[in-house]
Amino acid sequence: MSKLTPTSLTPTVLTPTPGQTVGPFYGYALPFTKDNELLAPGTPGSIRLQGIVYDGAGDPIPDAILEIWQPDADGNIVQRTGSLVRDGYTFTGWGRAAVGNTGVYTFTTVNPGPTEPVPGKPGAAPFIAVAVFARGLMNRLFTRVYLPENEEALAKDPLLSSLDPERRKTLIARRDHDGGLSWDIRLQGRDETVFLDFEGIRA
Amino acid sequence: MLDQSTSVLPAEDELVPAAEPRAAHVSSDAAANTQEDLTAEIGSLSDAYARALRNGAAPETQPRLDYAPYRSSILRHPTKNLYHADPETIELYSPAFGHQDVHALESDLTIQHNGEPIGERIIVQGKVLDGDGRPVAGQLVEIWQANAAGRYIHKRDQHPAPLDPNFTGVGRCITGPDGSYRFTTIKPGAYPWKNHLNAWRPAHIHFSMFGTEFTQRIVTQMYFPGDQLFPLDPIYQSIVDQDARDRLVATYNHEQTSPEWALGYNWDIILSGSKRTWTENEAFGNAGDEE
Repeated sequence: MSKLTPTSLTPTVLTPTPGQTVGPFYGYALPFTKDNELLAPGTPGSIRLQGIVYDGAGDPIPDAILEIWQPDADGNIVQRTGSLVRDGYTFTGWGRAAVGNTGVYTFTTVNPGPTEPVPGKPGAAPFIAVAVFARGLMNRLFTRVYLPENEEALAKDPLLSSLDPERRKTLIARRDHDGGLSWDIRLQGRDETVFLDFEGIRA
Repeated sequence: MLDQSTSVLPAEDELVPAAEPRAAHVSSDAAANTQEDLTAEIGSLSDAYARALRNGAAPETQPRLDYAPYRSSILRHPTKNLYHADPETIELYSPAFGHQDVHALESDLTIQHNGEPIGERIIVQGKVLDGDGRPVAGQLVEIWQANAAGRYIHKRDQHPAPLDPNFTGVGRCITGPDGSYRFTTIKPGAYPWKNHLNAWRPAHIHFSMFGTEFTQRIVTQMYFPGDQLFPLDPIYQSIVDQDARDRLVATYNHEQTSPEWALGYNWDIILSGSKRTWTENEAFGNAGDEE
């Protein structure tokens, strides 16, 4: 009956299942206690990452939900469980935040450190990977938020250096007075955030 | 965490614009379009896609972000092309989830309260595979759904159908070594929404999955075979290719039906292909190796 079962471990290129909108009713399902606290607020080294998700009319979207996934402050990619039931001490690198009534999201996290460069490739500037979900958004969107410091690294970053300056700035956070990061997402319009496609064309 | 003991009502801060789900109130903009109007729009986009296919266009496999029949998408779809990027470092890994995160009982949505939920008890099971057919082992699957009457436990769902005090409609599990998942739940009902006059969503279960790489993250909806609402629903039809739409429809499987207990449905999920070079151990399902 199944159309999709592979017959062996030999790579078989299967067609991915389509995505669908997260819809309006995720609010009692996806959020969980401390979902947006990768570290407990106030922990030394912790920062706030915050922003607003806007639609094409420039209005805040009150029913979007974001996920971030990032290395720790030393640039290590963490592979530890415990994101859904946080013990308050383990940094897992992943968090989820539904925006509030005014479209504002908040995470408590750390500045991501630089990860090991891939041999033969220029080092990428540190960034936080982001997935965006919303009612009215048919499929999740991927993007990145970069730290504003270290302009040399930003200038050499493979993705950023390939974007025109107006679009590049949509991926770079502002540093707040308290050390936190502010970064807004615009789903549509003149300052539309750069959203990423990792698929390209498969042979 | 699932709260299995107290109120079925959601937290006060959950917000959905009232315009969409409230059936008792018909706003002027919603009144502007009938199902007939919507069906004509859907049909015209479908015809254009069929023509493109005949002219040699590649089949589409994902929903269109810009799909005007789903009115909420009009101001919420990017107008610039998605920017092609090579996934880097963190994007080539996924967060790790395990049994610390999810209790085994969270996969049974029929035992979260003191009594039995009303409705047709079902078992939904299948496998999470990547685009190369490898099982996605030890990863998080989350689901949420309406109850048998088509009502979500969400304060902004004002559809005048009954809440079920014995059904929350939220489940989680961790996939097995072969990528398998299994939920026991009840079949959700169709429900009305405010996209246009007399708009009804086909019965569906929301699914959220992680792969072995963050680039494989997906949230989607599983549907039930033979639903008469399929041609009328702009969310389902936002996937303009019939083969692609079919990938969201579960298969009734009598062999998975549990005698005198629950009807069985099978639904496999294929994530996008892996971008990372896999070690032999990873390819055989042993997580945790560095490349």
